[in-house]
Amino acid sequence: MSSHDHIASHDAHAHGEGMDKKRIWSVFFVLLALTALEFLIALGFVHHWGILQKGMLVNVIYIALTLVKAFYIVAFFMHLKFEKSGFIVTCSIVFFFIIFFIILMLIEGEFLNGAFTHQPTFPHL
Amino acid sequence: MSTTVSQLDKVKEGPWSGGKSPWNLEYGKIMMWFFLVSDAFTFSAFLIYYGAQKFAQPSWIDADKVFQSIPGIAEHGQPLVFVGIMTFILILSSVTMVLAVEAGHRNAKKEVVTWMIWTIIGGLCFVGCQAIEWTHLHHQGFWFGRNPATGITEANAIVEALQPYFTKEVSYTAALQFSNLFFTITGFHGFHVSIGILLNIIVLGMTLNNTFERRGTYLMIEKVGLYWHFVDLVWVFVFTFFYLV
Repeated sequence: MSSHDHIASHDAHAHGEGMDKKRIWSVFFVLLALTALEFLIALGFVHHWGILQKGMLVNVIYIALTLVKAFYIVAFFMHLKFEKSGFIVTCSIVFFFIIFFIILMLIEGEFLNGAFTHQPTFPHL
Repeated sequence: MSTTVSQLDKVKEGPWSGGKSPWNLEYGKIMMWFFLVSDAFTFSAFLIYYGAQKFAQPSWIDADKVFQSIPGIAEHGQPLVFVGIMTFILILSSVTMVLAVEAGHRNAKKEVVTWMIWTIIGGLCFVGCQAIEWTHLHHQGFWFGRNPATGITEANAIVEALQPYFTKEVSYTAALQFSNLFFTITGFHGFHVSIGILLNIIVLGMTLNNTFERRGTYLMIEKVGLYWHFVDLVWVFVFTFFYLV
Protein backbone atom coordinates (compact mmCIF):
# COMPACT_ATOMS: atom_id res chain seq x y z
CA MET A 1 0.00 0.00 0.00
CA SER A 2 2.63 2.50 1.07
CA SER A 3 5.02 1.46 -1.71
CA HIS A 4 2.22 2.00 -4.24
CA ASP A 5 1.63 5.48 -2.85
CA HIS A 6 5.36 6.13 -2.94
CA ILE A 7 5.57 5.15 -6.59
CA ALA A 8 2.45 7.17 -7.43
CA SER A 9 3.65 10.40 -5.84
CA HIS A 10 7.24 9.90 -7.02
CA ASP A 11 5.85 9.35 -10.50
CA ALA A 12 3.81 12.54 -10.33
CA HIS A 13 6.84 14.61 -9.37
CA ALA A 14 9.38 13.02 -11.65
CA HIS A 15 7.23 13.05 -14.77
CA GLY A 16 5.55 16.38 -14.18
CA GLU A 17 8.74 18.01 -15.36
CA GLY A 18 9.00 18.88 -19.01
CA MET A 19 5.47 19.90 -19.97
CA ASP A 20 4.59 23.27 -18.51
CA LYS A 21 1.80 25.43 -19.96
CA LYS A 22 4.13 27.33 -22.24
CA ARG A 23 5.47 24.11 -23.79
CA ILE A 24 1.96 22.71 -24.19
CA TRP A 25 0.75 25.71 -26.19
CA SER A 26 3.91 25.89 -28.29
CA VAL A 27 3.51 22.21 -29.28
CA PHE A 28 -0.12 23.01 -30.15
CA PHE A 29 1.00 25.82 -32.45
CA VAL A 30 3.54 23.50 -34.09
CA LEU A 31 0.75 20.97 -34.77
CA LEU A 32 -1.51 23.75 -36.03
CA ALA A 33 1.23 25.02 -38.35
CA LEU A 34 1.88 21.53 -39.75
CA THR A 35 -1.86 20.98 -40.31
CA ALA A 36 -2.17 24.40 -41.95
CA LEU A 37 0.77 23.51 -44.22
CA GLU A 38 -0.96 20.28 -45.24
CA PHE A 39 -4.10 22.25 -46.07
CA LEU A 40 -2.11 24.87 -47.94
CA ILE A 41 -0.65 22.15 -50.12
CA ALA A 42 -3.91 20.22 -50.56
CA LEU A 43 -6.35 23.10 -51.05
CA GLY A 44 -4.00 25.74 -52.42
CA PHE A 45 -1.22 24.17 -54.44
CA VAL A 46 -3.10 21.13 -55.67
CA HIS A 47 -6.79 22.07 -55.78
CA HIS A 48 -7.00 25.81 -56.50
CA TRP A 49 -3.76 26.90 -58.17
CA GLY A 50 -2.65 23.63 -59.78
CA ILE A 51 1.03 24.21 -58.97
CA LEU A 52 1.40 20.62 -57.80
CA GLN A 53 -0.44 17.55 -59.06
CA LYS A 54 -1.93 14.71 -57.10
CA GLY A 55 0.70 12.00 -57.20
CA MET A 56 3.70 10.42 -55.54
CA LEU A 57 5.40 13.72 -54.55
CA VAL A 58 2.48 15.28 -52.65
CA ASN A 59 1.64 11.91 -51.07
CA VAL A 60 5.17 11.61 -49.71
CA ILE A 61 4.92 15.18 -48.37
CA TYR A 62 1.57 14.45 -46.68
CA ILE A 63 2.82 11.25 -45.07
CA ALA A 64 6.05 12.93 -43.95
CA LEU A 65 4.10 15.82 -42.34
CA THR A 66 1.73 13.32 -40.70
CA LEU A 67 4.67 11.41 -39.22
CA VAL A 68 6.14 14.64 -37.83
CA LYS A 69 2.75 15.45 -36.25
CA ALA A 70 2.62 11.92 -34.84
CA PHE A 71 6.06 12.39 -33.33
CA TYR A 72 5.02 15.62 -31.59
CA ILE A 73 1.81 14.09 -30.20
CA VAL A 74 3.52 10.94 -28.92
CA ALA A 75 6.68 12.61 -27.61
CA PHE A 76 5.13 15.64 -25.89
CA PHE A 77 1.40 15.17 -25.35
CA MET A 78 1.81 11.51 -24.41
CA HIS A 79 5.00 12.43 -22.59
CA LEU A 80 7.06 9.62 -24.12
CA LYS A 81 10.11 11.82 -24.64
CA PHE A 82 10.50 12.26 -20.89
CA GLU A 83 10.33 8.58 -19.93
CA LYS A 84 13.21 6.17 -19.42
CA SER A 85 15.05 5.39 -22.67
CA GLY A 86 14.29 1.66 -22.35
CA PHE A 87 10.57 2.40 -22.37
CA ILE A 88 10.89 4.80 -25.30
CA VAL A 89 12.63 2.10 -27.32
CA THR A 90 10.00 -0.49 -26.36
CA CYS A 91 7.19 1.67 -27.73
CA SER A 92 9.08 3.17 -30.67
CA ILE A 93 10.04 -0.15 -32.22
CA VAL A 94 6.31 -0.69 -32.85
CA PHE A 95 5.99 2.56 -34.77
CA PHE A 96 9.00 1.73 -36.89
CA PHE A 97 7.48 -1.61 -37.84
CA ILE A 98 4.26 0.17 -38.79
CA ILE A 99 6.09 2.71 -40.95
CA PHE A 100 8.00 -0.14 -42.60
CA PHE A 101 4.69 -1.86 -43.33
CA ILE A 102 3.20 1.35 -44.77
CA ILE A 103 6.08 1.76 -47.20
CA LEU A 104 5.94 -1.92 -48.11
CA MET A 105 2.25 -1.79 -48.94
CA LEU A 106 2.56 1.40 -50.97
CA ILE A 107 5.24 -0.24 -53.10
CA GLU A 108 3.20 -3.42 -53.38
CA GLY A 109 0.16 -1.42 -54.36
CA GLU A 110 2.09 0.35 -57.11
CA PHE A 111 3.29 -2.97 -58.47
CA LEU A 112 -0.21 -4.43 -58.49
CA ASN A 113 -1.44 -1.32 -60.28
CA GLY A 114 1.01 -1.97 -63.08
CA ALA A 115 0.18 -5.66 -63.10
CA PHE A 116 -3.57 -5.06 -63.42
CA THR A 117 -3.43 -2.45 -66.15
CA HIS A 118 -0.44 -3.14 -68.37
CA GLN A 119 0.47 -6.78 -68.29
CA PRO A 120 -1.25 -9.61 -70.17
CA THR A 121 -2.95 -12.54 -68.48
CA PHE A 122 0.35 -14.45 -68.13
CA PRO A 123 3.03 -11.80 -67.54
CA HIS A 124 5.80 -14.32 -67.14
CA LEU A 125 5.38 -15.83 -70.61
CA MET B 1 37.65 -14.80 8.01
CA SER B 2 36.52 -11.98 5.65
CA THR B 3 33.66 -9.69 6.71
CA THR B 4 33.11 -8.25 3.22
CA VAL B 5 30.17 -9.63 1.24
CA SER B 6 31.09 -11.63 -1.86
CA GLN B 7 29.73 -10.56 -5.23
CA LEU B 8 27.27 -13.47 -5.26
CA ASP B 9 25.69 -12.50 -1.95
CA LYS B 10 25.25 -8.78 -2.64
CA VAL B 11 21.60 -7.68 -2.92
CA LYS B 12 21.00 -6.56 -6.49
CA GLU B 13 19.90 -2.98 -6.94
CA GLY B 14 19.28 -2.54 -10.67
CA PRO B 15 15.95 -1.60 -12.24
CA TRP B 16 15.18 -5.21 -13.21
CA SER B 17 15.91 -6.74 -9.82
CA GLY B 18 12.31 -6.62 -8.66
CA GLY B 19 10.43 -4.71 -6.01
CA LYS B 20 9.80 -1.69 -8.20
CA SER B 21 8.73 -0.75 -11.71
CA PRO B 22 11.73 -1.13 -14.05
CA TRP B 23 10.96 2.00 -16.05
CA ASN B 24 9.91 4.09 -13.06
CA LEU B 25 6.34 4.10 -14.31
CA GLU B 26 3.23 3.01 -12.50
CA TYR B 27 1.89 -0.39 -13.59
CA GLY B 28 -1.41 0.93 -14.93
CA LYS B 29 0.36 3.49 -17.07
CA ILE B 30 2.65 0.88 -18.62
CA MET B 31 -0.34 -1.33 -19.36
CA MET B 32 -2.22 1.56 -20.97
CA TRP B 33 0.79 2.15 -23.24
CA PHE B 34 0.91 -1.54 -24.17
CA PHE B 35 -2.79 -1.52 -24.98
CA LEU B 36 -2.36 1.58 -27.16
CA VAL B 37 0.53 -0.04 -28.99
CA SER B 38 -1.63 -3.10 -29.73
CA ASP B 39 -4.48 -0.85 -30.89
CA ALA B 40 -2.00 0.96 -33.14
CA PHE B 41 -1.36 -2.33 -34.90
CA THR B 42 -5.09 -2.88 -35.42
CA PHE B 43 -5.69 0.58 -36.89
CA SER B 44 -2.55 0.31 -39.00
CA ALA B 45 -3.76 -2.97 -40.45
CA PHE B 46 -7.03 -1.33 -41.53
CA LEU B 47 -5.38 1.78 -42.96
CA ILE B 48 -2.63 -0.11 -44.76
CA TYR B 49 -5.23 -2.38 -46.35
CA TYR B 50 -7.03 0.75 -47.53
CA GLY B 51 -3.77 2.13 -48.96
CA ALA B 52 -2.87 -1.13 -50.66
CA GLN B 53 -6.32 -1.38 -52.27
CA LYS B 54 -6.35 2.23 -53.36
CA PHE B 55 -2.96 2.09 -55.06
CA ALA B 56 -3.54 -1.31 -56.62
CA GLN B 57 -6.78 -0.35 -58.35
CA PRO B 58 -6.52 1.41 -61.72
CA SER B 59 -9.21 3.85 -60.64
CA TRP B 60 -10.38 5.08 -57.24
CA ILE B 61 -12.92 7.51 -55.82
CA ASP B 62 -11.73 11.10 -55.63
CA ALA B 63 -12.16 12.14 -52.00
CA ASP B 64 -12.41 15.80 -53.02
CA LYS B 65 -15.51 14.92 -55.03
CA VAL B 66 -17.22 12.94 -52.28
CA PHE B 67 -16.50 15.30 -49.37
CA GLN B 68 -17.03 18.79 -50.66
CA SER B 69 -19.73 20.25 -48.49
CA ILE B 70 -19.76 22.41 -45.41
CA PRO B 71 -22.94 21.56 -43.44
CA GLY B 72 -25.23 24.53 -43.22
CA ILE B 73 -23.06 26.70 -45.44
CA ALA B 74 -22.23 25.11 -48.79
CA GLU B 75 -23.58 22.08 -50.61
CA HIS B 76 -20.54 21.47 -52.80
CA GLY B 77 -17.33 22.95 -54.11
CA GLN B 78 -15.58 23.17 -50.73
CA PRO B 79 -13.45 20.07 -50.23
CA LEU B 80 -11.35 19.60 -47.09
CA VAL B 81 -12.91 22.49 -45.16
CA PHE B 82 -15.27 20.52 -42.92
CA VAL B 83 -12.75 17.77 -42.20
CA GLY B 84 -10.23 20.51 -41.42
CA ILE B 85 -12.60 21.86 -38.80
CA MET B 86 -13.00 18.34 -37.37
CA THR B 87 -9.23 17.88 -37.19
CA PHE B 88 -8.80 21.24 -35.49
CA ILE B 89 -11.48 20.37 -32.89
CA LEU B 90 -9.82 17.07 -32.04
CA ILE B 91 -6.30 18.51 -31.78
CA LEU B 92 -7.67 21.30 -29.56
CA SER B 93 -9.36 18.74 -27.30
CA SER B 94 -6.00 16.97 -27.05
CA VAL B 95 -4.42 20.23 -25.89
CA THR B 96 -7.11 20.77 -23.24
CA MET B 97 -6.46 17.19 -22.08
CA VAL B 98 -2.74 17.88 -21.63
CA LEU B 99 -3.64 21.05 -19.73
CA ALA B 100 -5.89 18.96 -17.46
CA VAL B 101 -2.98 16.58 -16.81
CA GLU B 102 -0.67 19.51 -16.08
CA ALA B 103 -3.20 20.95 -13.63
CA GLY B 104 -3.38 17.50 -12.02
CA HIS B 105 0.36 17.60 -11.39
CA ARG B 106 -0.18 20.76 -9.34
CA ASN B 107 -3.21 19.20 -7.61
CA ALA B 108 -5.31 22.11 -8.87
CA LYS B 109 -8.72 20.41 -8.80
CA LYS B 110 -10.78 23.32 -10.20
CA GLU B 111 -8.54 23.66 -13.25
CA VAL B 112 -8.59 19.92 -13.85
CA VAL B 113 -12.40 20.05 -13.88
CA THR B 114 -12.43 23.00 -16.29
CA TRP B 115 -10.05 21.45 -18.79
CA MET B 116 -11.75 18.04 -18.61
CA ILE B 117 -15.10 19.66 -19.40
CA TRP B 118 -13.59 21.37 -22.44
CA THR B 119 -12.06 18.07 -23.56
CA ILE B 120 -15.43 16.31 -23.29
CA ILE B 121 -17.14 19.11 -25.24
CA GLY B 122 -14.46 18.84 -27.95
CA GLY B 123 -14.97 15.09 -28.16
CA LEU B 124 -18.74 15.44 -28.45
CA CYS B 125 -18.36 18.06 -31.19
CA PHE B 126 -16.06 15.76 -33.12
CA VAL B 127 -18.44 12.79 -32.90
CA GLY B 128 -21.30 15.08 -33.90
CA CYS B 129 -19.37 16.26 -36.96
CA GLN B 130 -18.52 12.69 -37.89
CA ALA B 131 -22.22 11.80 -37.63
CA ILE B 132 -23.02 14.68 -39.99
CA GLU B 133 -20.42 13.38 -42.49
CA TRP B 134 -21.93 9.91 -42.28
CA THR B 135 -25.47 11.20 -42.77
CA HIS B 136 -24.43 13.27 -45.77
CA LEU B 137 -22.67 10.32 -47.37
CA HIS B 138 -25.60 8.04 -46.65
CA HIS B 139 -28.01 10.41 -48.35
CA GLN B 140 -25.80 10.35 -51.43
CA GLY B 141 -26.21 6.57 -51.57
CA PHE B 142 -23.09 5.25 -49.84
CA TRP B 143 -23.39 2.77 -46.96
CA PHE B 144 -21.98 -0.54 -45.75
CA GLY B 145 -22.13 -2.79 -48.80
CA ARG B 146 -23.65 -0.18 -51.12
CA ASN B 147 -22.73 2.78 -53.25
CA PRO B 148 -24.95 5.12 -55.30
CA ALA B 149 -25.00 2.62 -58.17
CA THR B 150 -26.07 -0.42 -56.13
CA GLY B 151 -29.25 -1.91 -57.48
CA ILE B 152 -28.85 -0.33 -60.92
CA THR B 153 -28.49 -2.94 -63.64
CA GLU B 154 -27.93 -0.88 -66.78
CA ALA B 155 -24.23 -0.14 -67.45
CA ASN B 156 -24.72 3.47 -68.62
CA ALA B 157 -26.86 4.26 -65.63
CA ILE B 158 -24.19 2.88 -63.30
CA VAL B 159 -21.55 5.10 -64.89
CA GLU B 160 -23.89 8.07 -64.64
CA ALA B 161 -24.58 7.43 -60.96
CA LEU B 162 -20.89 7.14 -60.07
CA GLN B 163 -19.22 9.62 -62.45
CA PRO B 164 -19.61 12.63 -60.11
CA TYR B 165 -17.27 10.92 -57.64
CA PHE B 166 -14.52 9.86 -60.03
CA THR B 167 -11.89 11.89 -61.84
CA LYS B 168 -10.83 9.17 -64.25
CA GLU B 169 -12.92 6.20 -65.35
CA VAL B 170 -15.65 4.81 -63.14
CA SER B 171 -15.18 1.60 -61.18
CA TYR B 172 -18.11 0.06 -59.32
CA THR B 173 -15.78 -2.13 -57.23
CA ALA B 174 -13.61 0.80 -56.23
CA ALA B 175 -16.68 2.77 -55.14
CA LEU B 176 -17.93 -0.17 -53.11
CA GLN B 177 -14.56 -0.74 -51.44
CA PHE B 178 -14.20 2.96 -50.68
CA SER B 179 -17.62 3.01 -49.08
CA ASN B 180 -17.06 -0.10 -46.97
CA LEU B 181 -13.60 0.96 -45.85
CA PHE B 182 -14.64 4.53 -45.08
CA PHE B 183 -17.55 3.55 -42.84
CA THR B 184 -15.63 0.71 -41.20
CA ILE B 185 -12.47 2.65 -40.41
CA THR B 186 -14.11 5.93 -39.39
CA GLY B 187 -16.74 3.92 -37.50
CA PHE B 188 -14.06 2.02 -35.62
CA HIS B 189 -12.31 5.31 -34.84
CA GLY B 190 -15.58 7.00 -33.85
CA PHE B 191 -16.27 4.07 -31.53
CA HIS B 192 -12.90 4.70 -29.88
CA VAL B 193 -13.69 8.41 -29.54
CA SER B 194 -17.04 7.59 -27.92
CA ILE B 195 -15.39 5.25 -25.42
CA GLY B 196 -12.86 8.01 -24.76
CA ILE B 197 -15.63 10.54 -24.07
CA LEU B 198 -17.21 8.04 -21.67
CA LEU B 199 -13.90 7.52 -19.85
CA ASN B 200 -13.41 11.28 -19.65
CA ILE B 201 -16.88 11.73 -18.13
CA ILE B 202 -16.22 8.98 -15.58
CA VAL B 203 -12.88 10.48 -14.62
CA LEU B 204 -14.48 13.95 -14.40
CA GLY B 205 -17.01 12.48 -11.97
CA MET B 206 -14.21 10.95 -9.92
CA THR B 207 -12.44 14.32 -9.83
CA LEU B 208 -15.57 16.12 -8.68
CA ASN B 209 -16.04 13.42 -6.04
CA ASN B 210 -12.59 14.19 -4.64
CA THR B 211 -11.39 10.65 -5.36
CA PHE B 212 -8.05 11.94 -6.58
CA GLU B 213 -7.72 14.40 -3.72
CA ARG B 214 -8.07 11.45 -1.36
CA ARG B 215 -5.55 9.37 -3.33
CA GLY B 216 -3.09 12.23 -3.45
CA THR B 217 -2.45 11.87 -7.16
CA TYR B 218 -4.19 12.66 -10.42
CA LEU B 219 -2.42 9.82 -12.22
CA MET B 220 -5.72 8.44 -13.56
CA ILE B 221 -6.17 11.65 -15.57
CA GLU B 222 -2.80 10.97 -17.17
CA LYS B 223 -3.74 7.41 -18.10
CA VAL B 224 -7.05 8.43 -19.63
CA GLY B 225 -5.16 11.28 -21.30
CA LEU B 226 -2.87 8.77 -23.01
CA TYR B 227 -5.93 7.04 -24.49
CA TRP B 228 -7.35 10.37 -25.69
CA HIS B 229 -4.09 11.38 -27.37
CA PHE B 230 -3.97 8.01 -29.09
CA VAL B 231 -7.45 8.66 -30.50
CA ASP B 232 -6.21 12.01 -31.82
CA LEU B 233 -3.12 10.35 -33.29
CA VAL B 234 -5.21 7.78 -35.15
CA TRP B 235 -7.43 10.53 -36.56
CA VAL B 236 -4.35 12.34 -37.92
CA PHE B 237 -3.51 9.20 -39.90
CA VAL B 238 -7.11 8.46 -40.98
CA PHE B 239 -7.46 12.04 -42.19
CA THR B 240 -4.24 11.79 -44.21
CA PHE B 241 -5.10 8.47 -45.83
CA PHE B 242 -8.74 9.17 -46.70
CA TYR B 243 -8.79 12.85 -47.51
CA LEU B 244 -5.29 13.86 -48.60
CA VAL B 245 -3.46 10.98 -50.23
